Amino acid sequence: MENVKELLLILIGSSLVSNVVLSQFLGLCPFLGVSKKTNTAAGMGTAVIFVITLASAVAGVIYKYVLQRFHVEYLRTIVFILVIAALVQFVEMFLRKAMPALYEALGVYLPLITTNCAVLGVAITNVQKEYGILTGIVNGFATAVGFTIAIVILAGIREKLEYNDIPESFRGMPLVLLTAGLMAIAFCGFSGLL
Amino acid sequence: MNKAGERLYNGLVKENPTFVLMLGMCPTLAVTTSAMNGLGMGLTTMVVLALSNLIISLLRNMIPNRVRIPAFIVIIASFVTAVQLLLEAYIPSLNKSLGVYIPLIVVNCIILGRAESYAYSNPPVPSLFDGIGMGLGFTFALTCIGAVRELIGAGELFGFALMPDSFEPVRIFGQAPGAFFVLAALVALQNYIKNVRKKKGKSYEKIGSGCTEDCVNCGDVSCKKRFYDADAVDKGGQAIKSPSEKKSGKGGQATESSPEKKSGKVNQEQESAAEERGEKSAADNMQEQDRKGSMKNESPREAGHVAEKTQATEKEER
Repeated sequence: MENVKELLLILIGSSLVSNVVLSQFLGLCPFLGVSKKTNTAAGMGTAVIFVITLASAVAGVIYKYVLQRFHVEYLRTIVFILVIAALVQFVEMFLRKAMPALYEALGVYLPLITTNCAVLGVAITNVQKEYGILTGIVNGFATAVGFTIAIVILAGIREKLEYNDIPESFRGMPLVLLTAGLMAIAFCGFSGLL
Repeated sequence: MNKAGERLYNGLVKENPTFVLMLGMCPTLAVTTSAMNGLGMGLTTMVVLALSNLIISLLRNMIPNRVRIPAFIVIIASFVTAVQLLLEAYIPSLNKSLGVYIPLIVVNCIILGRAESYAYSNPPVPSLFDGIGMGLGFTFALTCIGAVRELIGAGELFGFALMPDSFEPVRIFGQAPGAFFVLAALVALQNYIKNVRKKKGKSYEKIGSGCTEDCVNCGDVSCKKRFYDADAVDKGGQAIKSPSEKKSGKGGQATESSPEKKSGKVNQEQESAAEERGEKSAADNMQEQDRKGSMKNESPREAGHVAEKTQATEKEER
């Protein structure tokens, strides 16, 4: 039971309380760039969930059975980034061959995620917080869910903002950043959850 | 020596990575809670940037064109690891406050951008100074943003109380939302300057050309944070043309001549690629990706841009 409780806490903590974009600023570029429409935002979110969960699993296994075993933990940054880049390529090739339908839906977003700093960030956070493999996967999944929640909400707001009369200098990115700031304040409210 | 001075000026003022190009926004937002943190992050990045530029420039004739991105990443990651260990040993307090953002220097698009657009096609000494200049520009920008946030958020500067007692600190500026607000103000200012320059008929393309939403027209082909906008994908093949065209304008003469030079080099040095490093799988991967791209693309002219080509392939297939 203790274990399940811990996993649940991580699930809520990583997805809402310390949201990956709004309080940790990881994955900011896709967050700002692919949030014009809700359906593309949702597509990006799904792809991120897929890749981050997989990447944290693979990174966790490699860290435990290769890096720790041979006492070369300090190589983690190099190993993780190469593993993630390779992994995304393989996932892309695999999806194209095996599941064309899923590839159609996620394919566009996969290359974008290769070096999304959120992926590397989650892998490194898992190591720094000394999570086990399962805990790491849950943390990765929760982080990605947090990203998806944030990007879909932002896309929804941006669709509404499209037709407003905005001062010239604030059109485009500044307005999106202000919206993101207000969302970050809203997400601060979650900090009482844990 | 003149060249070195020019590179320093370029990095600090003309192409300031944060204020002008808007590159590397993740660390900019995340670590600028105080001026001290900004300064620490900026200097750390500068060390990595200068050293990786120097090494990449020294190895530029040895790194085969096709595997250059993985090679850059390995070089950069090595320096980041070294710097991280040094910080852990000698400045543990800074290491603690910067936390996960130190290893994440690896994915900072400024570093890979400079490696690709300057160090890979220029001699070591200018590359070193290019790194130092860009790093100083980044440090300057981070310190400024950090100072503003610290002053408003806590009434202090580098930890010294500056504001009168009657000043009520706006705590939110020290926290996550404040970062978004400060950046929004900064981009709005950029837009204002851009509009003014546009009206006066001066050049404005460079302002904000980095990691803003305008990635399709982004001059920095190598930027690792490049993403697709849904609209850009719809436009199909057209969209990818613009970065390569713009790039030659941005990178200066040095990069203009490089694609031809590099593509000639590739064939001779391809064999040495396989035995060179331990990150074979990633390297092979990149090669395969590139091959795939060149088959479909059939434009030998562009042997230079791996990333671009894969993206092109993606688009054509759709």
